[in-house]
Amino acid sequence: MTTQQPTAAQPHAETTQQPTAAQPHAETIELERAVVKHWKAPVSYAVLTLVALVLFVVASRDGSTTLRLASVGDFVALPDAVLPVRATGIVVVVLLAALTAVSTWLVATVRKQGFWLPLAFGVLFVVAFLVWAGADKMIPIPGLLFATVGLSVPLIFGAMGGVISERAGVVNIAIEAQLLSGAFSGAVIASSTGSAVLGILGAMLAGVLVSMVLAVFAIRYFVEQVIVGVVLNVLVVGLTNFLYSSVLTANPALNSPDRLPRIPIPGIETIPIIGPALFEHTVIVYAMFIIVPVIAWGLFKTTWGLRLRAIGEHPLAADTVGIKVNRLRFWNVALAGAVAGLGGAYFTLDTTGAFNREMTAGLGYIALAAVIFGQWHPLKATAAALLFGFASALQQTLGAIGSPVPSEFMLMLPYVITLLAVAGFIGQSRAPAASGKPYIKQ
Amino acid sequence: MTVEPTPLGAPTLELRGITKRFGALTANDHIDLEVRAGEIHCLLGENGAGKSTLMNVLYGLYRAEEGEILLDGEPQSFAGPGDAMRAGIGMVHQHFMLIPVFTVAENVLLGHERELGGLSGARQKVREISQRFGFHVDPDARIEDLPVGVQQRVEIIKALSQDAKVLVFDEPTAVLTPQETDELMAIMQQLRDEGTAIVFITHKLREVRAIADRITVIRLGKVVGQASPESSTTELASMMVGRAVELTVQKNPPVLTDNALVVSNLTVLDALGQKVVNDVSFTVRGGEVLCIAGVQGNGQTELTEAILGLQHRVTGSIDLNGNELIGDSVREVLDAGVGFVPEDRKVDGLVGDFSIAENLMLDRYSGAPFVRAGTVDREERDRFAAEKLESFDIRAQGIETPVGTLSGGNQQKVVLARELGRPLALFVASQPTRGLDVGSIEFVHSQIIATRDAGIPVIVVSTELDEVVGLADRIAVMYRGGIVGIVPADTSRDTLGLMMAGERVAGAPNPEPSKGAVA
Repeated sequence: MTTQQPTAAQPHAETTQQPTAAQPHAETIELERAVVKHWKAPVSYAVLTLVALVLFVVASRDGSTTLRLASVGDFVALPDAVLPVRATGIVVVVLLAALTAVSTWLVATVRKQGFWLPLAFGVLFVVAFLVWAGADKMIPIPGLLFATVGLSVPLIFGAMGGVISERAGVVNIAIEAQLLSGAFSGAVIASSTGSAVLGILGAMLAGVLVSMVLAVFAIRYFVEQVIVGVVLNVLVVGLTNFLYSSVLTANPALNSPDRLPRIPIPGIETIPIIGPALFEHTVIVYAMFIIVPVIAWGLFKTTWGLRLRAIGEHPLAADTVGIKVNRLRFWNVALAGAVAGLGGAYFTLDTTGAFNREMTAGLGYIALAAVIFGQWHPLKATAAALLFGFASALQQTLGAIGSPVPSEFMLMLPYVITLLAVAGFIGQSRAPAASGKPYIKQ
Repeated sequence: MTVEPTPLGAPTLELRGITKRFGALTANDHIDLEVRAGEIHCLLGENGAGKSTLMNVLYGLYRAEEGEILLDGEPQSFAGPGDAMRAGIGMVHQHFMLIPVFTVAENVLLGHERELGGLSGARQKVREISQRFGFHVDPDARIEDLPVGVQQRVEIIKALSQDAKVLVFDEPTAVLTPQETDELMAIMQQLRDEGTAIVFITHKLREVRAIADRITVIRLGKVVGQASPESSTTELASMMVGRAVELTVQKNPPVLTDNALVVSNLTVLDALGQKVVNDVSFTVRGGEVLCIAGVQGNGQTELTEAILGLQHRVTGSIDLNGNELIGDSVREVLDAGVGFVPEDRKVDGLVGDFSIAENLMLDRYSGAPFVRAGTVDREERDRFAAEKLESFDIRAQGIETPVGTLSGGNQQKVVLARELGRPLALFVASQPTRGLDVGSIEFVHSQIIATRDAGIPVIVVSTELDEVVGLADRIAVMYRGGIVGIVPADTSRDTLGLMMAGERVAGAPNPEPSKGAVA
């Protein structure tokens, strides 16, 4: 789907050669470029616009949808937005077609596609879909957003663990195992000690232990990291299943932790729409609000981050400036395990209040997808995790109000998005150069 | 620039009896070396003589089994490169130890965050050193965007930012144009004059004679002696190799035949749409060697790969005796009679874990006489391999030896035996002698000339100017994907050097082979 048009040869700027010995070569190498037009984006938009046309206009439904924007306790009560289904569908499809045209024009004139275009396209599509799916029903927007944040929390913690580990050069497939072991040990320790704080620490410790197994095999014994990770995931599932059925079911007291209290942050929790979604949570979620920017800042602004990225990109170069590559990798993988383990605690100490078999349900793998989708950047990975969380929340909400779309389709959405992302539809992903490669010293 | 006489004080750096073994191989055998402040001490030796091993021991990357390192008379024990740097040893590595996605300042900062005072301190340091030596390096440029010559300066800045007393340059000129090499030598002299002890590791005799204050020659892991910088290249070469060496390639004037490869308007795009080969046209006639000179990474690799059919976004024409090769599969190109020596024999030329016999028939799997009804005829294969082992003088225990265990020279002989073993209409050799010892280089060169004399068009890609000048009947110089010019083999090195930096040189016409046709 590319066309090539060789540009006219650009005249090289003539430089007069100085006879002095040290002639600077400070300019960068720039090869002439052939104009390559990538039609992937406009074609995808066109296909989606067509889908929207069929779904929201041709197969439109009667009536109107109520979007509830207010929730109890807002300092200002927003009115409900009542949107007629058919009219909304038509307006959105026209807008989507316009965006597709803009995208086509951008490609045709070899201009950059901005970040706003896919974002606007996505938001419009989702709004139209909500209105279409909720015909004659009421959709609580604050509830949808609250569920999005809640469902994203373990994904975000898992993704942070993935980012740290992979930036240090160790592929972390074992996020799932770290989440699950964190959930289990958080529940057991909080129940047996009666202290949620100790439960959180126990969850982090369990994540660390799992990641240390990964680190030892990957760093010390040069075992293929993907295989170790997958084996760990299966192992932890088996182990927690066994302990659950042999110990926890016999002693329910070991599996009834005190749930963490929700602490609304006074004042800002009353902001309409986003207030309850963001500021009526437990300490684990607030910890996440702090941890994500701290990791982002640390990775790019501190000595820790500089060294971490160095060992993940070019470990030999790091070694030659006196950095102990394998030791640093080991401790950073352990740190990644602690972060993911904390995410595990969220399952048992925040949402459900008890451990259950395989309760992480593959979220570790979605967190890994968020890492890749987010291009190994903490903030972008968080955005990706939020997107995946939104898809799950949408599925729950539509299931609750009884929508015409099978909820399984909504559950597939994160994976479809990830596939598209990995296939290069949404920006090029470049992994840390040495990720997955053991550093073997002579 | 005044060069003060070398002060004959106590040595800054002393290596005593350094011995390093890898399994059964003794890479360094009781090596002694001393370097004084304010001198350039050349460590001269062939590929595989043990120079880099010795320097890796000095730098703490390898632990020596025996021997000691003294700095200013103090015995040192380096557990890792960090210790060596702290003691004042800096190293400019052959393969740059720079992180491509980091900026210059970040690379300088890495590992010394506190001493340099963070990123702003590192920036300042880069500017300071850059100014002192006239480097013109922008502290905020990303390494991957910089030309190799500038990347090497970043390596030097890295070492200088740690106040290195001893600076080791490990084969620093391998990646440079002749002009950049001159600039580097000027920098080394400036450093020497400021009192730095410099170890210059190389196998290039010309450079040694130009810059060395003292020369230590090592061969097969042992010091064979000191040489004076006034020694002739022949003397240095025979000392390095251990026997009299013929430095020039023996060849007769070309006898051109009607076979020809005609490349016209060839353009190759990479994944980003950059023209890595940009509108290249040339003709190679049977019986002549066209050498493609140029600094590594100016499109030579992609050009040879396009001929073999390994590149996919190719426009133009590659015509071999009237047969268009563009669009053909690699199999079809090989069947058309193209012999190909890839530039990285370990990666693209051989399967390391396979035996010599298996590697020799990698291109002959598709039919008789080696394969019958889908099974390999081992007898036929072994007979073929045994014959090649003999005729190409491949030194190995037998045809079942895995090629990965062979020396570089013997590996290259296996590649040559396979590629020259087919009926050829064109022979393309990319960096055919890279990393080889002098004996193997002589052998490879004689095989290339024999192929040419058999009336086959030959293309040799090389970044080594000595090799280019020695082998070529005509020289094409590539720069940023294009051919700057095609010049006769007797073109001066200065002119070639300028062309390698992209200058179109007046009076360098594009001679067509017909002009010198004899046949």
